[in-house]
Amino acid sequence: MSAFFGESLLCLRGERLVFADLSFGLDPGDALVLSGANGSGKSSLLRVMAGLLRPAAGRILWDGADIFRDREAHHARLHYLGHLDAVKPALSVLENLTFASALRGVSDMQGLSDALAFFGLQAISDRPARLLSQGQRRRLALSRLLAAPAPLWLLDEPSVGLDAASVDALVEAVERRRQSGGIVIMATHQALPLEGALGLNLDDFAPVDDAGAHAPLEMAW
Amino acid sequence: MNAQSAPADDAAVRPAAAGGEPGLWFAFSRIVARDLRLALRQRGDAAMIVFFFVLTATLFPFAIGPETNLLIRIGPGVIWVTALLAVLLSLERLFLADYEDGSLEVIALSPTPLGISVLAKTAAHWIGTGLPLIAAAPLIAIFYSLPADALPVLLLSMALGTPTLSLVGAIGAALTLGARRGGVLIPLLILPLYIPVLIFGMGAVDATLAELPAAPYLLFLGAGLLLALPLSPWAASAALRQALA
Repeated sequence: MSAFFGESLLCLRGERLVFADLSFGLDPGDALVLSGANGSGKSSLLRVMAGLLRPAAGRILWDGADIFRDREAHHARLHYLGHLDAVKPALSVLENLTFASALRGVSDMQGLSDALAFFGLQAISDRPARLLSQGQRRRLALSRLLAAPAPLWLLDEPSVGLDAASVDALVEAVERRRQSGGIVIMATHQALPLEGALGLNLDDFAPVDDAGAHAPLEMAW
Repeated sequence: MNAQSAPADDAAVRPAAAGGEPGLWFAFSRIVARDLRLALRQRGDAAMIVFFFVLTATLFPFAIGPETNLLIRIGPGVIWVTALLAVLLSLERLFLADYEDGSLEVIALSPTPLGISVLAKTAAHWIGTGLPLIAAAPLIAIFYSLPADALPVLLLSMALGTPTLSLVGAIGAALTLGARRGGVLIPLLILPLYIPVLIFGMGAVDATLAELPAAPYLLFLGAGLLLALPLSPWAASAALRQALA
């Protein structure tokens, strides 16, 4: 069985069926790129994988253990980067990163400044985050991935707002993470040069037509 | 502090190899420190709550006249009701800012149990609003010419009661996160739960004014606090999970 494994997942948002009978299996070093039309459930799948959203059916296992049985243990091994950057405008760049890393038990300042340097933020580490551009805020969010190591990265449109150099840095960070045995899963519309990345198109798991998808659900309610 | 393990910290895959799971107290103190720092940088919010408290409490003498006996009679009640309303005003921001900018996801997806994080945020909320209200209460007690020997009991009842207001309020703030017009919903949900705190807080001061022992009332306030301390983070974190799903 794969290290990170999902089986027959079914996801509902409200009363809408987002995807059904979705399975995946990933091993250390794997990268999975989620694609699909807007609203096809890429973000929902990432939230399910992070343990934020419980699938209506199916299960997700890490090393054979259900992730919802011990959420804290699952959270300890993952980084989730959503649409929002989780950057506090009133705190400085370094303060933002220090807090996010402290939540994961990391207080090694050298590691933090290395992470900022990797995404080119070291020169502005004292600047209040409210003065950052959108791309800089995104880079600050990305530097959280490096400041506190975690074997599973769940990235939702990580390259939005990034310039070309930062996209290269992101790809390099992802490849390094994979080389040291990490698993990276990302939803993206931008083709990133990831070596041997697996693909999953959410459109393949969408309900065939609205009427067919909704009829059995309404009976279930 | 642990000594640097020089080799192999690049290839650390498991978090245990780098920093390890944070101690509960460490994560708790980091969240409190961060929320207090944010409150300090946005001082206006906390100052507004205290101004609201003082200004509302000073309205009553203008409305009902400066008759000393009447003012002493209603003083404790006015102080408690206005403090309670001031806390209500501040509740909406408790989780909303973190929810809107994504920080709540980062907090919820950290290895720290969500209940501990909620408790930390509630503690910071109390330090940022409850404590200033307690500090401002003697001023209002003077407006209402409360006798000086009632003041310690008033402050003690607030010290026991306002943490409960923050804790119970956290449940309301968490429950209304996803909702539109959450700010209006919070009072509807939470005010009924505040009534016991109001009754016992008032009762303690009234008893002192009537030269009766205040201890039973204070014990009830303490019991309420002890009850809210484990229950509220538990309920609020369940509500937050719902909002984040």
